[in-house]
Amino acid sequence: MQTATSAPALPRSLAEIRAEFPILSRQVHEQPIAYLDNGGTAQKPLAVLETLDRFNRTSNANVHRGVHTLSEEATRLYEGARATVARHIGAEQREVVFTRNVTGAINLVAGAWGRANVGAGDRVAVTEMEHHSNVVPWYLLAREAGAELDWVSITDDGRIDQDSLAATLERGPKLLAVAHVSNVLGTINPIPEIARLAHDAGALLLVDGAQAAPKLHLDVAELGADFYGFTGHKLYGPTGVGVLWGRRELLEEMGPYEGGGSMIHKVTKETITWADVPARFEAGTPPIAEAVGLAAAVDWVEELGLDGVHAHETELTDYALERLAEVPGLRVFGPPPGDDRAGILSFELEGVHAHDVSEILDRHAVAVRAGHHCAQVLMERLGVAATTRASFAVYNTREEVDRLIDGLLDARRVFQL
Amino acid sequence: MDQLYREQILEHYKRPHNFGPLEDFDLEFEDSNPFCGDEQHVRIKLSDDDRVAEVRFEGSGCAISTAATSLLSDELEGLSREELLRLDKDFVLELLGIEISATRMKCALLGLKVVKGAGLGQPADWEDEGEEGDPAEFQSSGI
Repeated sequence: MQTATSAPALPRSLAEIRAEFPILSRQVHEQPIAYLDNGGTAQKPLAVLETLDRFNRTSNANVHRGVHTLSEEATRLYEGARATVARHIGAEQREVVFTRNVTGAINLVAGAWGRANVGAGDRVAVTEMEHHSNVVPWYLLAREAGAELDWVSITDDGRIDQDSLAATLERGPKLLAVAHVSNVLGTINPIPEIARLAHDAGALLLVDGAQAAPKLHLDVAELGADFYGFTGHKLYGPTGVGVLWGRRELLEEMGPYEGGGSMIHKVTKETITWADVPARFEAGTPPIAEAVGLAAAVDWVEELGLDGVHAHETELTDYALERLAEVPGLRVFGPPPGDDRAGILSFELEGVHAHDVSEILDRHAVAVRAGHHCAQVLMERLGVAATTRASFAVYNTREEVDRLIDGLLDARRVFQL
Repeated sequence: MDQLYREQILEHYKRPHNFGPLEDFDLEFEDSNPFCGDEQHVRIKLSDDDRVAEVRFEGSGCAISTAATSLLSDELEGLSREELLRLDKDFVLELLGIEISATRMKCALLGLKVVKGAGLGQPADWEDEGEEGDPAEFQSSGI
């Protein structure tokens, strides 16, 4: 028997949601912009823009320092932002560290946890679908420590190869680093299952949630990872702020990453003691307005409901996959439509290089990303130098998908195919 | 007709001149565009008087980078190594004869960089503005 399951609906119409994004009324080459580069960065709703503006106009001061009114207000808002993020991912406040982005979060773990726990002959593992931000910090750590970096293969349809994962874990890595959602393939990796496998093998699991945070409801207990990082600007928030969540006992064991103000307990000429977590990892003046703006983005997206956001993007992705199949010579990478497919579509158009595709789409005011997407190992695995990527956000429409298709057909015309 | 993707550019993209491997060569260099990962590999055979006798390039690239290198490769025969190294951005842009935006400048100049790299035996500078490595440095280092 078939059960009719209706996708969770968004609380407002698409037109109303779009009206909350001033930039979406922008014209490019005398046409309304179709912004399909959300995997690069998402646009910001009024709720975020106004929060940033209000903070800077009325409450700006440094945090954790002065006892004057503005400083107290800024501190309350900054720590309030931490509480909002913690609630959003089901974490304790002290497990939430503000960083500058995901790259900052991963480097923090590689630097503070890695240097203390990974030594000569040890292993750290990543997958072939990782963004460079989840490769290079581990490469640097391995090189410095004399450790080995292992690569988990992916299958032809863009999923983690389970046999390769098992074989890699059997070699006993100290840590496995994996993307929750691939920034190229759109694959949603089964994090709870990977966490179980990693833990059974005695490895910690770090998850790069850059692409997942704007698309999926996150609960750190359900996910079962040890570290989870995401960034503000892909989640409808500001650039310059990211989040590292770490299991409390792990963070507490970790020494500092960067040295500076705010991260110390006491400094004398002889010894320095470290502040408690999370302050220990937030040296110097943090991204205050940005963290407050991120909290506004989190509130905004929670009010909208991530299940509804994901359902909308999935519907668009299915439609886009259907329409992309109409374009001759077009090959889409990543898994077929299904539960493990998020709204990120990378493709290759035979006879037209990704850069040229993007250039021609821009003339139609369709913004996509072209290039290697900071995933050159994956490009090699896919056997391409570059791909074109359309990535959706909650405000995208079917009409914008149609304009993408028209632009692709035009690219074929321009290249006389 | 399309200004950027005009006939000549598409022609050189689809059927690049001097494209393919070269078994017997004296100079070679490979480099890539860090933005998109496009790679080009150039091989040059010198004549007895140390001038370019034959050029072949390989690699994958966009229409702009492929056409630029194809057009450039037609101009190299008979040049001495010094003359090779004196080729500049304007020379390539003139060959292309189209307006190149800042975001595509590296596409246009990859071939020049690879050819000069072959002449130098080490990576040559990008000659797009705003990038590290002023072409003037070349001259001051005696090249």
